[in-house]
Amino acid sequence: MAILGALNPMLTVGLDGDKAWHLADYVKRGGYTALNKVLAGEKMTQDDVIGVVKKSVLRGRGGAGFPTGLKWSFMPRAFPGDKYVVCNSDEGEPGTFKDRDILLFNPHAVIEGMIIAGYAMGAARGYNYIHGEVWEVYLRFEEALAEARAAGFLGKNIVGSGFDFELFAHHGFGAYICGEETALLESIEGKKGQPRFKPPFPASYGLYGKPTTINNTETFAAVPLIINGGADAYLEAGKANNGGTKLFSVSGHVNKPGNYEIPLGTPFSTLLEMAGGMRGGRALKACIPGGSSSPVLPGSIMMDCTMDYDSISKAGSMLGSGAVIVMDETTCMVRALERLSFFYYEESCGQCTPCREGTNWLYKIVHRIEQGQGRADDLDLLGSITTNIMGRTICALGDAASMPVQSFVKHFRDEFAYHIEHKKCLVPPDVQRAGSGFFKATV
Amino acid sequence: MLDIEIDGKPAQVPAGSTIMDAAELVGAYIPHFCYHKKLSIAANCRMCLVQVEKAPKPMPACATPVTAGMKVFTHSEMAVNAQKGVMEFLLINHPLDCPICDQGGECQLQDLAVGYGSSASRYQEAKRVVFHKDVGPLVSMQEMSRCIHCTRCVRFGQEIAGVMELGMANRNMHSEIQTFVGRSVDSELSGNMIDLCPVGALTSKPFRYSARSWELSRRKSVSPHDSLGANLTIQVKGNRVMRVLPRENEAVNECWISDKERFSYEGLNSSERLQKPMIRVDGALREVDWNVALDYVSHALKDIAKTHGGEAIAALGSAHSTLEELHLLQKLTRGLGSGSVDFRNRRRDFSADGKLAGTPWLGLKLSEIKDLDAALVVGSFLRKDHPLFAQRLRQLAKKSGQVSLISVTGDDPLINLHGQLTVAPDQLANALAGVVKAAAALKNEVCPAGLEALTPCATSQAIAESLCAGEQRAIVLGNVAEQSAQAAQLHALAAELARLTGGRLGFIGDAANSVGGYVAKALPDATALNAYEMFEKPRQGYVLLGVEPELDCHNPQQAIAALKQAALVVMLTPFKHQAALDYADVLLPTAPFTETSGTFVNCEGRVQSFNGVVRPLGEARPGWKVLRVLGNVLGLAGFDYESSEQVRDEIVAPDSEFVGGLSNAIDGVAFSLSAAAGGLQRIAEVPIYFADPLVRRSEALQKTRDAQAPSARLNASTLAQLGIAEGSQVRVRQGQGEALLTARADESVPMGCVRVAAAHATTAALADMFGTINVERA
Repeated sequence: MAILGALNPMLTVGLDGDKAWHLADYVKRGGYTALNKVLAGEKMTQDDVIGVVKKSVLRGRGGAGFPTGLKWSFMPRAFPGDKYVVCNSDEGEPGTFKDRDILLFNPHAVIEGMIIAGYAMGAARGYNYIHGEVWEVYLRFEEALAEARAAGFLGKNIVGSGFDFELFAHHGFGAYICGEETALLESIEGKKGQPRFKPPFPASYGLYGKPTTINNTETFAAVPLIINGGADAYLEAGKANNGGTKLFSVSGHVNKPGNYEIPLGTPFSTLLEMAGGMRGGRALKACIPGGSSSPVLPGSIMMDCTMDYDSISKAGSMLGSGAVIVMDETTCMVRALERLSFFYYEESCGQCTPCREGTNWLYKIVHRIEQGQGRADDLDLLGSITTNIMGRTICALGDAASMPVQSFVKHFRDEFAYHIEHKKCLVPPDVQRAGSGFFKATV
Repeated sequence: MLDIEIDGKPAQVPAGSTIMDAAELVGAYIPHFCYHKKLSIAANCRMCLVQVEKAPKPMPACATPVTAGMKVFTHSEMAVNAQKGVMEFLLINHPLDCPICDQGGECQLQDLAVGYGSSASRYQEAKRVVFHKDVGPLVSMQEMSRCIHCTRCVRFGQEIAGVMELGMANRNMHSEIQTFVGRSVDSELSGNMIDLCPVGALTSKPFRYSARSWELSRRKSVSPHDSLGANLTIQVKGNRVMRVLPRENEAVNECWISDKERFSYEGLNSSERLQKPMIRVDGALREVDWNVALDYVSHALKDIAKTHGGEAIAALGSAHSTLEELHLLQKLTRGLGSGSVDFRNRRRDFSADGKLAGTPWLGLKLSEIKDLDAALVVGSFLRKDHPLFAQRLRQLAKKSGQVSLISVTGDDPLINLHGQLTVAPDQLANALAGVVKAAAALKNEVCPAGLEALTPCATSQAIAESLCAGEQRAIVLGNVAEQSAQAAQLHALAAELARLTGGRLGFIGDAANSVGGYVAKALPDATALNAYEMFEKPRQGYVLLGVEPELDCHNPQQAIAALKQAALVVMLTPFKHQAALDYADVLLPTAPFTETSGTFVNCEGRVQSFNGVVRPLGEARPGWKVLRVLGNVLGLAGFDYESSEQVRDEIVAPDSEFVGGLSNAIDGVAFSLSAAAGGLQRIAEVPIYFADPLVRRSEALQKTRDAQAPSARLNASTLAQLGIAEGSQVRVRQGQGEALLTARADESVPMGCVRVAAAHATTAALADMFGTINVERA
């Protein structure tokens, strides 16, 4: 079981044993009751469903934290012809590994959520776009789909309601950019995964040019909980304006890296404790709270934060996808940034100029600083390049590549300056090696 | 209309415009690379970022729609900072070696770098290197490191040419424009990508490094090739044509030209150019002075007229000749007492002559194509015969118009077709008749007499339905329909279909002056011989203007036989070619279109006059001058012209934009169904790069895939019936002539047919383009 711990869990309740992902087990845990409630029991209207989701203040779990109910209300339901619901399981953000566990261990929650979403937005077809590097997850989801189809939860006339919905799994080939919603749509259409210029937004021009709503895996999985437990109960499980619980993928220098489900608003210190505390009892140096594209925060600031959209945002970062990357005092921040910058350079789709050229330039500069060949004005140059990228690209990847650079330099400027001046790390190499967990410190 | 403000200037722009459109309206320039008015919006170069009031970020002008009350600042600090930032990014990996770049001096990046670039670079690492690619003889991709990834070329392929031959592979700064692995760029419109490329990444292979753009003078001209009459800018250096570019004319060629028009100029300076008059003396052609040659021709022609009568002389022009040349040719011929003059050298069926109400033409303006709801093209190798006309139909089909095609091969026109019928040449009229009958039924009219026995197929029905729906429809006949032995029948059937559906009838026309030839009356008298008969019934004397009979006639076998027996063959031609040396008695060097003034009347009847752009090569002289002087030497009246304009004004009213007398009405052709002829039928296309004497001599075009030597193409079951293996050598025979070709399986060829191209030396011994043919193992 890959969910290592939970505090008042909702999504990961009862996920014990190897069979928990099967339909039978899911139904035993109360699965598909929400679907029954919507379509058969209470015969909720589309507006009812969207209203409940709105009221729960469920915010998008993929990274942007956009209120889900509001997004659903943008769909032109009266639009004649095809409409689509798409699940974004293209989990490519470094540090994030929650969706794969949801799909592996609780796939039916996503399926149920998508059917309800399809009903609420008048879409008869859904796609789940699954990251190409987690093949077994894709196979598992296909199996779950087969179960749902056999049980009549997918297909024609679902639970006797007259509502038809078909859902398909689609796997990518691992490009990070395909997690960007419009690139994802292009990829489903069989084209090269490159973001589209917006507007028009997917709600008016989405998959195959039809109205489309795209939500994250975890967002869809939360929908049945909201329908069953009610909007208020879900909202109360978190904190005001931050409804519900959330999965956090904790990685880095902690004793028990893994996925943890906690209510939004839980103090970071509690999460850190659940993850077994800092490895080797070392001090917390820095933390990236929401996946590699969210700005890094120094340990001291992080320890005062609670894990919810508003608190992290106030501290100057983003809750993002909930990927908490923990770094202790043995970390060289230049080297950490170099790795991140390489990632964004490598994953830039190459379509628009600032990102294509800028991400590579950023990487080259950070790389040379790390190699001891930095120049006195490099930090200003980095700042200037990020300003030239941010807000000028087709999609958010340019911003995502710039924010780490800006925040690393902002919070750890001394360390970068030291690197440039002394042509070596502020953190001695053997300390870094010891921190990696694979070597013993010689001093 | 929306009220907006650009740089403080109030403007009214139509709703749905982008900021870029609006800026163009008010005359504000916004720098850009990827934006092009004819292509879809990519918004990927980010050069057009501008400030919009209340927007937190700069917005791309090309992709941002205007809203009421919007205030746009194209040169504010925010906008200029964004533009300069993008320029810096574009330049970091772009080689800064403009002095050795072929695009230097006409480079959008170079121009904008002056305004938005910095004099020194903050980028000090190694620049990206992108490997060169070989994509064929026309477009050079030798300097791909210069590419700025605007994807104009990619979008051009997808949207205008109809085939995605280039794409952007890879991610990040390793993105590269390339073809699918190992493929070449073969589109007949590919050269436009060179114009579209804002940097020196895609350049013209024949032109590159032969001149700098600022050394070239730009002169206006008109294409002598297909019937569209594309407007050209010809660039000249030191009395030599260096390059041909499109001259924008939205009503005609928009901003495009086909590769044939772009690269045929290489033929102008071909080693086969005839530079001095030649006369056959003691069996061999010798160079002589003009006065000798003209005296000789004059005496010889008069001699024939005197001994055998004027009707023993026949004259054949070409639809690539100018209006003035064709006019003087017919005047001269008639002056000699012969009515046997024609310019429709690839036509077979002339039975409509005398039944036409006027000059056949397209039946509508080119600019009206986009407003059609349905169009039917009958008998055409659309893409290769009329690249830009096909492009207009492609855009129509993309928009909502239903385009259908009835033809003799299943070649993909790269148009999203509503219906397509592919039949053997002798069934072409029957196929069209099926649509006529279906349309009559739809309109509740009685079945036209003669078509009772026909049962329209489902596709005919669908085509008829599309032509009966909507407001604007057109039925156009292509080259195959005009060259067909059923031409009159096809004309009459199409006219009937147009009447039934309330559509317009038209002919695309096979060359630059297909309409002009009619206007110049270069047509045989009722009792005289037409272009086919003048060789069928051999004459004593021939005057040939701009034709190479073994390549340009419907039945070259017959033409050559007639010419060989004639007492006198006078050729007015810019080129001396091997075949002519056998039968020509006099060669008079005339000027190609770049060396003479003249007029082409395009398919829509548009009168387009042009001047010469360079002096004639050697002793070549403009055709109209040669004919004028010959008229004088012959002592004919009415040959005292001072200028080509004078000649033109005798035919068309001065300053008229369109010619008068256009009509496609036909009267007195009874419908009849044709029975299937036994035996194999030939399908002869005129390959795009063999279609006229000039293009045949363009070296670069001759290296393209479209210029491969003809093969005998049959569908697999026909091959099997004949017991011929794919790839084996076959002997194809028509009449006395034969050709040795390779057999190729081709499913686009109908059953019982062999596709053997015309207009090529290897098939010049064959006879009728669509006649019966024999194929046997060699």
